[in-house]
Amino acid sequence: MSSYGSYRQLRLTPQRSGVSKALAKDSPLWRLDWILLLAGLALSAGSSMLVWSATRGRDNLTHGDPQYFLYRHLTNFVIGLVLCAVVIGIGARRVRTLVPFVYVGVIVLLLATLSPVGSTVNGAHSWIQLGGGFSVQPAEFAKIAILLAMAVVLSDQVDAGEREVPSHRAVFRGLFWACLPMGLVLLMPDAGSVMVMSAVVLGILLGSGAANRWVLGILALGVGGSIAIWKLGLLSQYQIDRFAAFANPQLDPNGVGYNTAQARIAIGSGGLTGKGLFHGTQTVGQFVPEQQTDFVFTVAGEELGFVGALAIIALVGVILWRACRIARQATDLYGTIVAAGIIAWFSFQAFENIGMCLGIMPVAGIPLPFVSYGGSSMFAVWIGIGLLQAVRSQRPVAA
Amino acid sequence: MSNIPETGRTRRVTIRLVVLQILVLSLLATLGGRLWYLQIRNAKEYTAKATGNHIREVVEPAVRGEILDASGRILAGNETRLVVSVSRTSLLQQKDGGKAVLGRLAEVLGMPAKDVQEKVRLCDAKTPQPCWNGSPYQPIPVTKEATTQQAMQIMERREDFPGITAQPTAVRRYTGAEGANMAQVLGYLSPVTDDEVSKTADKTGLDRYLPADQIGRAGLESVYDRDLRGTAGITKLEVDNLGRVIGNAGTVAPQTGNNLVTSIDARVQKVVEDNLAQAMSNARNTFDKVTNRNYEADSGAAVVMDVHTGRIIAMASAPTYDPNLWVGGISGKDYQSLTSKDSNFPLLNRAIQGQSAPGSTFKVVSTTAAVQAGYSLDGTYPCPKAMTIGGREFKNFESESFGSISLEKALEVSCDTVFYGLAYDQWMKDGGIKPKKDAADWFFKTAHEFGLGAKTGIDLPSEVPGRVPDRQWKQSFYDNNKDAWCAQAQKGGNSFSDQIAKENCVDGYQMRAGDAVNYAIGQGDTLVTPVQMARIYSALANGGTFYRPTIAKAVISPSGDLVREIAPHADAKFPGDQKLLSYIDQATAGVITSGTAAWKFNGWPQDKIALHAKTGTAEVEGKQTTSWLDTYSKDYAVVMTISQGGTGSGGSGDAIRRIYQALYGVDDKGNIDNGKALLPAPQADLPKFNPDGTAIIKPAAYTVDPAQGSVAQAPAPAAAPAFAPAPALTPVPALAPAAAPAPSDAAAAVAWDASATFLDPAPPAGSPAPYTAVDTALEPTNRQGRGRA
Repeated sequence: MSSYGSYRQLRLTPQRSGVSKALAKDSPLWRLDWILLLAGLALSAGSSMLVWSATRGRDNLTHGDPQYFLYRHLTNFVIGLVLCAVVIGIGARRVRTLVPFVYVGVIVLLLATLSPVGSTVNGAHSWIQLGGGFSVQPAEFAKIAILLAMAVVLSDQVDAGEREVPSHRAVFRGLFWACLPMGLVLLMPDAGSVMVMSAVVLGILLGSGAANRWVLGILALGVGGSIAIWKLGLLSQYQIDRFAAFANPQLDPNGVGYNTAQARIAIGSGGLTGKGLFHGTQTVGQFVPEQQTDFVFTVAGEELGFVGALAIIALVGVILWRACRIARQATDLYGTIVAAGIIAWFSFQAFENIGMCLGIMPVAGIPLPFVSYGGSSMFAVWIGIGLLQAVRSQRPVAA
Repeated sequence: MSNIPETGRTRRVTIRLVVLQILVLSLLATLGGRLWYLQIRNAKEYTAKATGNHIREVVEPAVRGEILDASGRILAGNETRLVVSVSRTSLLQQKDGGKAVLGRLAEVLGMPAKDVQEKVRLCDAKTPQPCWNGSPYQPIPVTKEATTQQAMQIMERREDFPGITAQPTAVRRYTGAEGANMAQVLGYLSPVTDDEVSKTADKTGLDRYLPADQIGRAGLESVYDRDLRGTAGITKLEVDNLGRVIGNAGTVAPQTGNNLVTSIDARVQKVVEDNLAQAMSNARNTFDKVTNRNYEADSGAAVVMDVHTGRIIAMASAPTYDPNLWVGGISGKDYQSLTSKDSNFPLLNRAIQGQSAPGSTFKVVSTTAAVQAGYSLDGTYPCPKAMTIGGREFKNFESESFGSISLEKALEVSCDTVFYGLAYDQWMKDGGIKPKKDAADWFFKTAHEFGLGAKTGIDLPSEVPGRVPDRQWKQSFYDNNKDAWCAQAQKGGNSFSDQIAKENCVDGYQMRAGDAVNYAIGQGDTLVTPVQMARIYSALANGGTFYRPTIAKAVISPSGDLVREIAPHADAKFPGDQKLLSYIDQATAGVITSGTAAWKFNGWPQDKIALHAKTGTAEVEGKQTTSWLDTYSKDYAVVMTISQGGTGSGGSGDAIRRIYQALYGVDDKGNIDNGKALLPAPQADLPKFNPDGTAIIKPAAYTVDPAQGSVAQAPAPAAAPAFAPAPALTPVPALAPAAAPAPSDAAAAVAWDASATFLDPAPPAGSPAPYTAVDTALEPTNRQGRGRA
């Protein structure tokens, strides 16, 4: 009975309990976009099964522990959630003040990566080994740095009420801050990440209301640059074949062509409902390379079928839909730009990654947000979710 | 302050956000559409690809069924050998292309390293034998005769021998039961080609060839391949991307093929083969007066047929070869030796693929044709020494004349001029050089009715039809050769062939009198095969039924149960009546007792075992004559032919007699010992089988009724007018031999094969007449009559 008494004692304290505090009308929890959060949680949690399925037989990678990647993936997921919560806790306005530190920190990391501290994986010098089997890929965080830096520079005058749209000077400065990390990533060389960053820049220019000529100019630069590279013969036939192999696997039958052909076989053979988790012959037989990272979507396609794969696309759709809503409802241009950048980031990565698995996009080392195995990517996208939630939380409580 | 916040968004930003949202949605819709396309619309295609990706079929060849003789003796069986094979795929994965591994392998096998390397290289236009002409993905056999020790060395040092396997494999073995060779009848196996494998990939069961399959390419192995082959076992292994086995998706055990029981009697086959070889060897020691050199006897064939069923008891073709050369893949050298021009093509089964003019053995056809055309069996026909037809003289052999004789006599003494006269008469009736539209063509029609010019349908592959040179053939031959003849004629040469070309160019399509009369005695453009003649003489023996020749009798399951019986099949009936058959029966018996073959059948117990025969000596342009001897008893038809072998009786008389002696257990003096008879009556029953599928072979305990051993026909009485018209069914007149008495069998067979132990090797008393002189004296050659009228 004494314990009962003590409980009542607690109950009688004037301070509100944690629970009632959290449930109060002005609680930050009410301000969260739960649909967005649940969609992200569903994707990341579900992806752990896919990563597990893809890796449990890869003894050369798992060191004999079939759950090796499952545990690590879940660990990454939890860390990602923590980072997300931290960002929400900091809040959009205070994040804005921290942007210079984030930016400088990322630049330092990128430089460190390029230095002998960094290490090379799959031909790109884009990793820093932390020991204990952990490593970071600073390019993932560079996406956030670009996003935030550009948002700050472009929204500064507008949010201060000085202008309706960002000035050319502001746009120019924003592009400058974007180009610095992009250049460093290009040196690694990690063209895939640079493509994602370009998409982010484009999304930001769109969302910021910058003059059309900037948007069109960037697009023209991209298209013109590609044509120039093509025409000037800067690429070897091998590189061109590698690029085109997604359409015709015969161009690079032992390299990219093999990946893309096997990925298509895995997905195509899944049919409507798939072969069942852990029962995909392509997955069990390890016919698809990099299946837990870049080609993780093929596991869903093969083992969960059209239903499962479409569910992933739908969840990505839900996240992007909520992000668009947040962008539209943001209280300031800064918030809109952050949200627009994140939309461009997530949608480009999702489209490129899934499109590559389906054989309609060139093969590039770009992970599928929330799903692919990989700590840095997982952390980055959950920080992205945190930023979206922070932007949304700025909104006043609905009356 | 209002609750409504400053959004800081201009209209432009709002529009752009809508655009961004639409863009994002359309991208996702694109992904969804593509996903549907791959997973729903093309699911089947990709499912098939996924299966092909991760399923590897390991084929375990079925043990091939055996080919048995009529008593169950194994003619083609299997034996287990240790086959060492090399996988090219894994050799190529090694740094040096497998050179080191092959070197070690050569050392273990005790072979030169070069030999091993050559065996595993792939054949192409530039690579000479030895090389591998099978699939590069199929293990390539390096040796099929590894010892257990060698196999152990290889299998125990797996790491030293990647891609090398040594495993016991059932390989074909042609047993040579009872010493019989039978190479052309049995045929041979060879591995399927890549092409065959890929062409049948979408089929199932026996229609599908698997990479390890050996399939029958010739002979019985080919015709009954589907019965013999069995079903290969397939283990479906699940493999990963590196080909490592990660699971088993089902195993189907191999099923042993069915056994084939044939009507061949291995012992009779041996006797026939030996006698054919001996006859050819004798011919090579016989001088040919026409060409002034010994007979070449380059090839020959012999057939023993059961006259009541058409079943083949024995079938020999010379030259022959060792069928085991094909086992485990034939070497380049061996293949060359079997197929080069110098080899004289031992792969050919001359009993069904060798064709030549039938010579006088054709006269049974001509006699039937004459009777069909209305000439009386009771009539007599002039047999002058020569006839002038179409301004050209057609002579009897050695210008012999027999006066006016019956058709029976004409057959017996092989009088050509009788048949010239009949054929010329018919030719004139049909309109001569300007034929009537509805020309009766009795002689051609009858030949077709006897099944000439058409395949007999024997259950062996690549049979040739022979040829009846009728008007239709003449025309098509002219159409095909006209240009060449006319071109030769244009050159204006004066040689004999130029002359012929000139005439042929003008009217080579015409059936001339010379063609017609030459045809009637089995010379000219007519071509027949030994099996066709065996079928005809069988029909004469059995009362007029032309049976389809068969070798297989039944298909028996591996456990000894009957799967399918191959029943005798009657194709046609003798066109004449029974009277004519009896007439021919007597005439052909007369050939044995007093006619052209009599000198080879001295002392034959004709009263107990009546034989009938017709000799033939076919002319071949530019070569020595082809010897034909077509015979029958009440049970068997025995036919032998030897190319460039001399006359019918001279070339094959001894051999045929010895075959009958062996069949009926007759010794040289004519005594019958049933205990020594190999096959006094054809074996009707199938062999009995043990529960494990092996045949129960016991020496056939034949009890031959003495009454059955003799023929119904009475022995020939001595008194009969020599040249009187012989009424049908009267006893055969005993003619005074036309030529000097022939030497006895044993004397002629100086170098007789010792294996024919039932023969008394002692030479008989008395001095034999010179062999060659008698030989040529007995058969008309009609050299003068040959050519164009």
